[in-house]
Formats: sequence, structure tokens, C-alpha cells
Amino acid sequence: MSAIPQTTLPPAAAARDGVAAHTARPRRVRRLSGRDRLVLGLMVGVPTLIQAVLVWIPTLLSIALSFTRWNGLDLSGIRWAGLSNYSYAFKEYPPFWPAVAHNVIWLVFLALIATPIGLLLAVLLDQRIRGTRIYQSVFFTPVMLSLVMVGIIWQLVYARDEGLVNNLLGTAGTPGAVDWFGDSDVNLWAALVATTWRHAGYVMVLYLAGLKGVDPSLREAAALDGANGRQTFFQVVFPAMRPINIVIVVITIIEALRAFDIVYLINKGTNGLELLSVLVIQNLVGVGTVIGVGSALAVILLAISVGPIVYYLVRTFRRTD
Amino acid sequence: MASHHPRPIFESRLDRRTLLRGLGGGAAALAAAPLLAACSGGPAPAAAGANATSLGSGLSDPVPRSAVQAMVDAFKAKSGATVKMNVMPRAQLVDNISSYLQSNPEDVITWYAGYKMRYYAAKGLLAPVDDVWEKIGGNFSEGITKASEGEDGHKYFVPNYNYPWGFYYRKSLWAERGYEVPATFDAFLSLCVQMKKDGLIPIAFADKDGWPAMGTFDYINMRTNGYQFHLDLCAHKESWDQQKVKDVFDNWKALLPYQDPAALGATWQEGARSMTGKKSGMYLIGAFIAQDVTDKEILADLDFFPFPAIAVEGTDAIEAPIDGFVLSKRAASNKTAKDMVAFFGTGAGQDAYAAKDSSNMQTAKDANTSSFSELNKKGAEAIAGAKFISQFFDRDALPAMANNVMIPALQGFIKDGTIDTRTIEAQATSLYAAE
Repeated sequence: MSAIPQTTLPPAAAARDGVAAHTARPRRVRRLSGRDRLVLGLMVGVPTLIQAVLVWIPTLLSIALSFTRWNGLDLSGIRWAGLSNYSYAFKEYPPFWPAVAHNVIWLVFLALIATPIGLLLAVLLDQRIRGTRIYQSVFFTPVMLSLVMVGIIWQLVYARDEGLVNNLLGTAGTPGAVDWFGDSDVNLWAALVATTWRHAGYVMVLYLAGLKGVDPSLREAAALDGANGRQTFFQVVFPAMRPINIVIVVITIIEALRAFDIVYLINKGTNGLELLSVLVIQNLVGVGTVIGVGSALAVILLAISVGPIVYYLVRTFRRTD
Repeated sequence: MASHHPRPIFESRLDRRTLLRGLGGGAAALAAAPLLAACSGGPAPAAAGANATSLGSGLSDPVPRSAVQAMVDAFKAKSGATVKMNVMPRAQLVDNISSYLQSNPEDVITWYAGYKMRYYAAKGLLAPVDDVWEKIGGNFSEGITKASEGEDGHKYFVPNYNYPWGFYYRKSLWAERGYEVPATFDAFLSLCVQMKKDGLIPIAFADKDGWPAMGTFDYINMRTNGYQFHLDLCAHKESWDQQKVKDVFDNWKALLPYQDPAALGATWQEGARSMTGKKSGMYLIGAFIAQDVTDKEILADLDFFPFPAIAVEGTDAIEAPIDGFVLSKRAASNKTAKDMVAFFGTGAGQDAYAAKDSSNMQTAKDANTSSFSELNKKGAEAIAGAKFISQFFDRDALPAMANNVMIPALQGFIKDGTIDTRTIEAQATSLYAAE
């Protein structure tokens, strides 16, 4: 691609460009004093080092450990295990496939329900209604609450006998009361509602910022062209928010992949609430540590996550270029 | 198994540190953080022979914490030794025990009998206490003595207290309805039928946290196949995929309709309230239930009977997890540390503990039992009369087996009465091979 404009340029111009590029680069480097170089070196080196120590080396090590058996006691006890940890996860570990399915359900639910609710809230609150700031704060509060608070709140809502939902339904204390946390047919949906409660607030704030960034003249132009409110939003405003939309898509995917806290609060992610992230934690941290299997599960989760992350980074860098 | 490290521990520890500093991904970094903390957290070792020792305690709740303190104070007063205490949250001790034992542990550590103790003893991380047992051996029953041994036949554990698992019920409810303590499984099942007819949930049951159901599994297994089979199954010397294990679940299936169907959403405390509130007839749980019963009248109204006989050994085996102390490897030659655990293995030491925390029972025969409640007396009799003492599944088996395999398997069984023993066996094979 880049060859085409070059050949169409006059030879002299191309030569001049080449020379300029050649001379400009070394001169710019030479202008840096020793001190500049030190500062630059530190500014690049320190984050790189931190990144390497905290992210890259651990990642590579866990990839390596995922092919081994190790009881975590003595380095000499590490034994090569080939792909057996992976076949354990895929074939022998009963919670694995339910966890994958739940992660997919989680993603679909967030994408089709939670995120649109966030968008709807943003659009409504962008209409300069009275007290919009209060509403914004209310809907954003769940995002800021600590895990402990979230746990208490949903316990109050879902508890079998004392919970809000069952009392509103009038079934509390009767044998017909739905066991929102214990019944594996409903607890995933109960957890998804709780997640929506947080996720929608998050998406709302992002879209509010996005909506403020849309040039008002676009709306005026659309109005002049005779578009109604609906057409204006879907055909003008929404496409104009493309950068935000991409961020939201990526956030939604990442949130679905790293979903963890709410199910862990409910029952540590068992009995119908298995998720990949929970299985990783279960197998890697605490009493149930099986380093090989836990690492293999972490690598699987990493492999799945890399897709959207790469897509996002490619988009971001292409834009800034 | 080798009782020595193939390499000097100091060297291997350095390797571990450099490795752990970089351990795997976000999750493993999480795991590594407490490990590193454990490496640097402990106090310096007390010099051997300097009449000083140290105690690492995972009993961090206020009541047990003060009780351990009382024990230590009693030892200090008796011997004039200095004892450094390091109290940490129970989860921190349990979750990081391997790295803790390999880094800079205190001399004496609060720990548990069972595979959980034998495993680390076999790895050479604990010091044998045979010489201590020569002094305190006469204090303990046969079952408790056996529970203190490692796989090599040496003693590695000094018991402090234990608490039995059994069926707890309210005397007043049973008297009012004319129920009688069943001795056999058939009598037990007909009692359940009667209770159901009377509008009760026969057996309170709670398994939201996954572990309480292991108590039911253990008992049905021991009553169906015997204590030795329980041990061998837990150590994976027996296969899970065999008729004996299927028999256990078949017997359980007969019980399942009488256990609270809402078990999977309830914590053990909720189960306890169902029984104390007379909604359920009885509750298979540990003696720690007393901690949740704040009403003195109800507490006095509680009674206990052992799990009825099914096929073998009558009611000879009892599930009574024992908490006590182990010596870390480097305390092997510390006389003060050994004196201290020897003191903890006497009635005087254990009474100092029990004076502060009365929900458990001292294990030493010469302990003062006059302050026992009726319920504790019954529990202590049941333990003293037992030939075999099991430690609960998650203490007798590989922790990963209990946590990652049994919890989902049992919860699935509770949900729909199906179990796939072949899958359990496949997982067990992989997990035990990694050790």
C-alpha cells in the first residue's frame, strides 16, 4: 500500500522526503542529554520491569507449570505431566464444562440485557430531567460498593425465609418458597440479576460520557432532515459513539470472563454457579491447591481472554496512529 | 516415604522464593503473596536450650485465642520458660501450611490429626514427638493414640481437644412425641417416616458451604464398610469406582427423602436453627453446634445420639475431629518446645484451655470433667467408648480431593440422588498422583 503513493510522487520529492527522514532521526536522538536518557530509560525501564515481573514472568511460569505435576513443596518434586492437566480439565473435571457454559450465558446476558439497560439509563438521564445527578449517583452506587456490602444486600434480597423477594411473593416461610441461592436451576439467574445491578451502572456512566461527547450539531442536522427521536438516536447518535461502543463491547466481554465476586459470595461458586474464574481460584489458592490443574485452567482462561484483549488493543493503537 | 529432604532446606527455600516471586498469572500472584508473607513473617527461632520456645496458632477467634493464651500462661508459670506467640487467622495457617512449614515456622503449631498431619509428617516437615508420648501416653485412649501417629508409626501430634459428630435433637420435642433413640438403621428410617408423618423435617441438613455433607458421607461409609475402609478410601488406597462406595450412596439414597430438601441453600447455622426451632427432628452435626445456641434453656434441652449401626462394626467408629499441636521440623531438638507440648498433653494443660472454651472436650484422661455439661459428658463418653476415631473427610483425605472433587460430587448427589463414582475415581487418580 505504502509503495503506491511513493511511486506517484516526483522522484525529487521522494528523495527529499527520504533525506529529511534520515537526517531528522539521528539529530533528534543526539539532542537528548545524558540526563534525558536516564529519565527516559527509567520511565520506560521501570514500568517494563514491573510489567515483566508481575505479568509476563508469572504468565510464562504458569504456562510452564500447567504441563507439570507439583505438590508445591519442593522444587525437585516438579514432574513433567505433558497435557494430562488439560485432559483432566476437559474430560475428568465435572465442573469444567458447566463453568464454560455459565460463562457463555453470563456473556450473552450481559450483552443482551445488562448493557442495553445501562445504555437506556444513560439515554434517559441525558435528557436533562430534574434531579438527573441524583439518579446517576443512585445507579452508579453499586459499582462503588465493597464486596461485603454487595453480599449483605443480596442476602437480604434473596434469603429464603427472610428475604425481600420471597416476602413480596408471599411465599416466605412456606415450602413453596424459591431457594434463590440453593436451587441450581435459579441461582445463576439470581446471580445475573445481581450482576446486572452493578454492570448497568458502570455502562451507564460510560455512555453518559459518550453522549456528552456527541457533537450537538449532528442532532440539529438530523432534526433538520426530519428524523424523529428514534431515528436520530439509532442512525446518528449511536453510530457517532463508535469509540465508546467498542470500549463497552470489550468491557462486557472482560466482565463476563472475570465474573467472580458475586458467585463466590453466594456459595463459593459451586452447585450451579461454577465459572472458569472460580475454578481457577479453587484449584490454585487455598486448601484445594493443585498447582498443575489450576495453572492449566488459568491458561485456558487466558487463551480465551487474549482474543478480545488483542482486538481491543489493535483498535486502540490503530486509532491513535 | 522419605522423611528427609533430598536437598538442604535452606537452599530449596531460596529457589522457591525466586520462583514464587514470579508464580503464575494474576491468580497465582495472589497465591504467592501470602506465601511470601509467610516466608518473612515468623519470628526468629528461639535458641535451642535457652528455655524459650514459640507457638504459631491458627485459633484467632476471641474465645479460642484466649484459651490458647491461658494454656501457654499455665506452662510459663509452671516452667519459667518464655514463649513467643504468633496468632494468625485460621485460613491463613491452613491455606499456606506448606510454605509456612518450609519457611520460618514457630516451634509448636496448632494443627489437626488425620491425613492433614500424616502428609506433612511423611514429607519430613514435622518433628516426631515419640519422647513426649513416653510421658503422656497413658493419658489417651487407643483411638486418640492411633490418630496421633504418622505413616511411619512415629508420633507427630499431641491432642488437645475434640468434638464428636452425631445426631443432636431436642429432648422436649422427642418426649412430647414419644420418639426413641434408634439403634439400627431400620429403626432410624422408621423414625424418619414417623417424623415426616408428624409434619417435621426428619433430619435438618445444610450444605451450602459444601463440607457439612461430608459428615453424613463419612458416617454412612464407616457404618457400611468399616473404619479401615474409610481411611483407605480417603488415602486413595481403595478405588472409588467399586460396589462398596456405591453401597454407601445407595444407603444414603434411603435417607435423602428425609433430609431437608433446602439443604443446598442453607449454612450449618441455619440447619441448627431448624432443629432448635423444632422444625426438624434431629441434626447430624458436630458438637460445635453448642456455639450457635445462645439460649441456655434450649442448650440444656439438647441431647445427642451416635449414628445408628448399618452393616459392620456396630457403632464402634465415631467421627470426632481432634485439634492439637505439632512440632515443626526445626524444633526437634528444642527441649522447651517438647516440654510445652508434653504439658499440653496433660489434664492440667487442657483444663486451662477448657476453662476458657467449653464447647470442646479435653482429650486427656486426667482432665477435669466435672464442669462438663450433660451434653459434653455424653459426647465424651461416646468418644471414650469408641474403638476408632475418624477425623472428618476433609482432614482424612487429600484437601484438594475434599474441596475440589467431593463438594461438587456430594452437592450433585443431594440435588438429584445421582452420583458418578467413575468420575470421582478418575479425578482422585489424577489428584493423588500429583502428590
